[in-house]
Amino acid sequence: MAMTIHVDIVSAEGEIFSGVAEMVYAPAVMGEVGIAPRHTPLVTQLKPGEVRVDTGSGKDIQHFYVSGGILEIQPHVVTVLADTAIRAADLDEAAAQEAKRRAEEAMADRSAEFEYAKAQSELAEAVAQLRAIERIRKGKRG
Amino acid sequence: MAGAKEIRTQIGSIKNTSKITKAMEMVAASKMRKAQNRMAATRPYAEKMRKVIGHLFHAHPEYKHTFMIEREVKRVGYIIVSSDRGLCGGLNNNLFRKLVKELKEHRDAGTEVEFCTIGNKALGFFGRFGGNIVSQATHLGDMPHIEDLIGTVKVMLDAYAEGKIDRIYIAYNSFVNTMTQSPTFEQLVPIPSTMEEELKHHWDYIYEPDSKEVLDNLLGRYVESLVYQAVVENGACEQSARMVAMKSASDNAKNLIDELQLIYNKARQAAITQEISEIVGGAAAV
Repeated sequence: MAMTIHVDIVSAEGEIFSGVAEMVYAPAVMGEVGIAPRHTPLVTQLKPGEVRVDTGSGKDIQHFYVSGGILEIQPHVVTVLADTAIRAADLDEAAAQEAKRRAEEAMADRSAEFEYAKAQSELAEAVAQLRAIERIRKGKRG
Repeated sequence: MAGAKEIRTQIGSIKNTSKITKAMEMVAASKMRKAQNRMAATRPYAEKMRKVIGHLFHAHPEYKHTFMIEREVKRVGYIIVSSDRGLCGGLNNNLFRKLVKELKEHRDAGTEVEFCTIGNKALGFFGRFGGNIVSQATHLGDMPHIEDLIGTVKVMLDAYAEGKIDRIYIAYNSFVNTMTQSPTFEQLVPIPSTMEEELKHHWDYIYEPDSKEVLDNLLGRYVESLVYQAVVENGACEQSARMVAMKSASDNAKNLIDELQLIYNKARQAAITQEISEIVGGAAAV
């Protein structure tokens, strides 16, 4: 039997995923990390992107979008404390496009340093959302 | 006997009031259900957060965060969670009364107190009470978002990090059940060391990018999540307290109406009896 690791993905507004997996991938600030069972303890911050949970046994890989958060790894438990994590399939592409457009507009207008930084992070989020949606689409077709 | 007409108008006005209280009761009941669901939804996050923090205490971070270090208490900060609106029984007042007692102890001990208020009622009360309110948040609505709180809480945490405040408490109503809410005070930072459990062996996490940044981020989020949970719980308390208060108001109105109706009927009967006896008397005289 393949080794598994328990995965919990929670956000402040609700529980998103709880179950076992063979492999988990998460967008850490220093680059994407892949977590196999019996990984060494680790805490890291997450950047906007998607968390993939490979439940193994030929089942689909599940995608979750996170806009940041904290990842904690214990040898048999992975905890994702997401800032906002909604099911990636539920993401509204139009909303993401809209957010990107707004962010780009705000970028063009660099009136204030603060707004620029905010817009940049909004843009990063929007791009990550779009990428997650594209990957899901490809997966469905293929 | 009071005039029948006056009694009738009085009954009418009480009826109108009871209609309003009845409607508010029903609105509060439906909002309460939603608030309770929200409370249940936030629980997993808080639990996981607590677990991670518990693990952190197990581990031996080479970097001790200020949130984990106890220091001498000269100034304390209180984050007070209240409702925005009234008509919810003694919910806010019970909390404030208990808090004022605590504050008196602080004053006697010579520690200074600063407030951070969430909700209109706390802002009003502690504005009059004469404390130093450093930050506030109001009009969070029925669906509070964590973004609305981050700024407010940050003011307090920054003051703590700068050493202006040596301890931060949170005061809110914790939800026991629909009928009972209990005013609760908890120490937020420094994080109470009671969470430290027995140490099994010496180990530490790998921190990416480094322990300072991760811990800053994590502990900040931990406090935010506690405050957020308190706000959500207080919201559920508010709705259930309002529901109970409005229910008893409607019941009282019903009793009043019954009593007045009885008086009104008696007065009417007496008037009719008198009229008849007058007519009879008049007829006999002719």
